[in-house]
Amino acid sequence: MNIHEYQAKAILAKYGVAVPRGKVADTPREVEVIAMEFGTPVVVKAQIQAGGRGKGGGIKLAKTPAEAREIAREIIGMTLVTPQTGPQGKKVKRVLVEEASAIQKELYLGMVIDRGTSRIVMMASTEGGMEIETVAANTPEKILKEYVDPALGLMPYQARNLAFGLSIPTPLYGKAVRFMTGLYKAFVDTDCSLAEINPLVLTEDGEVLALDAKMNFDSNGLFRNKEIQGYRDFDEEDPTETEASKYDLSYIRLDGNIGCMVNGAGLAMATMDMIKTCGGSPANFLDVGGGASTEQVTNAFRLIVSDPNVKAILVNIFGGIMRCDVIAEGVVTAVKTLGLKVPLVVRQEGTNVEKGKEILAASNLDIITASDMKDAAEKVVAAAGRAN
Amino acid sequence: MSIWVNKDTKVLVQGITGAVGAFHTKQMLEYGTKIVGGVTPGKAGIQIEGLPVFHTVLDAVRATGANASVVYVPHAFAADAVCEAADAGIELVVCITEGIPILDMVKVKRYMEGKKTRLIGPNCPGIITPGECKIGIMPGYIHKPGSIGIVSRSGTLTYEAVHQVTTLGMGQSTCVGIGGDPVNGTNFIDVLSAFQEDPQTEAVILIGEIGGTAEEEAAAFVKSKMTKPVVGFVAGQTAPKGKRMGHAGAIISGGKGTAADKIEAFQEAGISVAATPAVLGITLAQRLGRKVH
Repeated sequence: MNIHEYQAKAILAKYGVAVPRGKVADTPREVEVIAMEFGTPVVVKAQIQAGGRGKGGGIKLAKTPAEAREIAREIIGMTLVTPQTGPQGKKVKRVLVEEASAIQKELYLGMVIDRGTSRIVMMASTEGGMEIETVAANTPEKILKEYVDPALGLMPYQARNLAFGLSIPTPLYGKAVRFMTGLYKAFVDTDCSLAEINPLVLTEDGEVLALDAKMNFDSNGLFRNKEIQGYRDFDEEDPTETEASKYDLSYIRLDGNIGCMVNGAGLAMATMDMIKTCGGSPANFLDVGGGASTEQVTNAFRLIVSDPNVKAILVNIFGGIMRCDVIAEGVVTAVKTLGLKVPLVVRQEGTNVEKGKEILAASNLDIITASDMKDAAEKVVAAAGRAN
Repeated sequence: MSIWVNKDTKVLVQGITGAVGAFHTKQMLEYGTKIVGGVTPGKAGIQIEGLPVFHTVLDAVRATGANASVVYVPHAFAADAVCEAADAGIELVVCITEGIPILDMVKVKRYMEGKKTRLIGPNCPGIITPGECKIGIMPGYIHKPGSIGIVSRSGTLTYEAVHQVTTLGMGQSTCVGIGGDPVNGTNFIDVLSAFQEDPQTEAVILIGEIGGTAEEEAAAFVKSKMTKPVVGFVAGQTAPKGKRMGHAGAIISGGKGTAADKIEAFQEAGISVAATPAVLGITLAQRLGRKVH
């Protein structure tokens, strides 16, 4: 799960990580008042969950409160297009107003969970403001790394290694160590999966500040982080994906025209691949999970047909714990309640497959059955082709 | 022979009194798995399916001599259950639970360092040696004793491969689901090296998916250390970047972890790559020079 910059900074501030003085606002008038309170210059920053906001015109410096108000008038409500939003962009609902910092040096600090070592790694680089992937690809030697033993936490010496490795001036290294220690604590306490401070800045007046902050969270850890749950912004999500999450369904919208319903993430991905191989294009990823009920299947079906691009539907089930008869009943119920406006191909295998087939046959619904994955994919691609 | 589990493996069920644990205990017993007891804190003294229930894993091990355990404990408490089993000297812990926080698994991995316990999972279907021992949630009847080793990050996709191998008249030595989480116990290389050493295993099916670099590392191992034929598949060729595809570990981030990279690594290592999951069995038969009916 992602959150906004202003929310990440609020969390970090609680852990003693230094951030610029700032306030969030959703009207130009509020922005002007904040600018008067802080004194100018201030920076007005669009709050959307995507990088590259500066390049898209979403971050601007204001020299007077009146200018801050004018900038806010431009930014609030605009559709901001950045390299990460896609061409459709994202609508800006609010801005963060911050005291402008006199920047002396821009650095990078990030944390992720390294899959290879199964440890949290803190990474630092002197190439602040740049995309870390680019730095990693071109000049990997410029990225310093410290792997953290979870039993000990980030040790002060590790933070010192990074601080001195970044050539942070001696009088400031203590502040840098406190910054890093605070960031580590925040990461662990909130079940973060990624934290990025880019740039981390050294200011003319000797501060070590998080000029920007990005935090992503492990959704498996949300159950024990009520505060983070409260930061979820539904406007940033695809409405169908949000709806799916209510029913514990894993749904991701794609740009094709064949709706898919599959049990198991690996099989769901493989089914999408199979559709592509047969010349079609999947409209979604949808994993109904290992133990779905008839009700969940019905909801899954409703989500698929709510996508106007869907021209045909493929249900691919390998029953293990999930029984084919439960899926079949769910499909029949869904079709009877919602109606079926596009061709439906069903392939079932595994536990209770015969019962599942009987249920579909007895329903007298116009369902195309398939014997295996390839047969199913070919049939659904042909059906979608006819519909176009 | 087989790897890690056989007819003599004595299994404890952690979380045996929960709905999921009780259901699968029955299924495993019906398959013939030698289950010797269960653990649920606070429930010692009762019986489930005629099996004794204990407060702690240590009590259960002392009373039953169990050497393996399977964890059906809910996600908030599963990491603790795995550590408890390791501390009690269990040799093989199979964790089925889905949704364990990644940072809990980081701690578990640290705790297991230097211990003799092997962890399979979490978020996996488990391990099965057909006809002898099933530990997990896979449908037992699709399996058949034989000589093909199968290892996978995905549950139902494994069933697909097993079903095809069985339908083509071949069987499986052992099938291992290593799970879809980014931080897990046993990895591909652990399983591949066990299959390479196992005299019963003639060939291996390796099923990967997008995210991380486990497939690339497995390919390097196959190239340098394995003499047995390996057939592979990678799911997620059509998956978009930056989106978590159901499994916590199935995400392409920072341009890394794409299916294309993994398939290339497989081919480079001499692994026969099945173009689609529908031809996994046939690709294997062809690699082994078997006739397909």
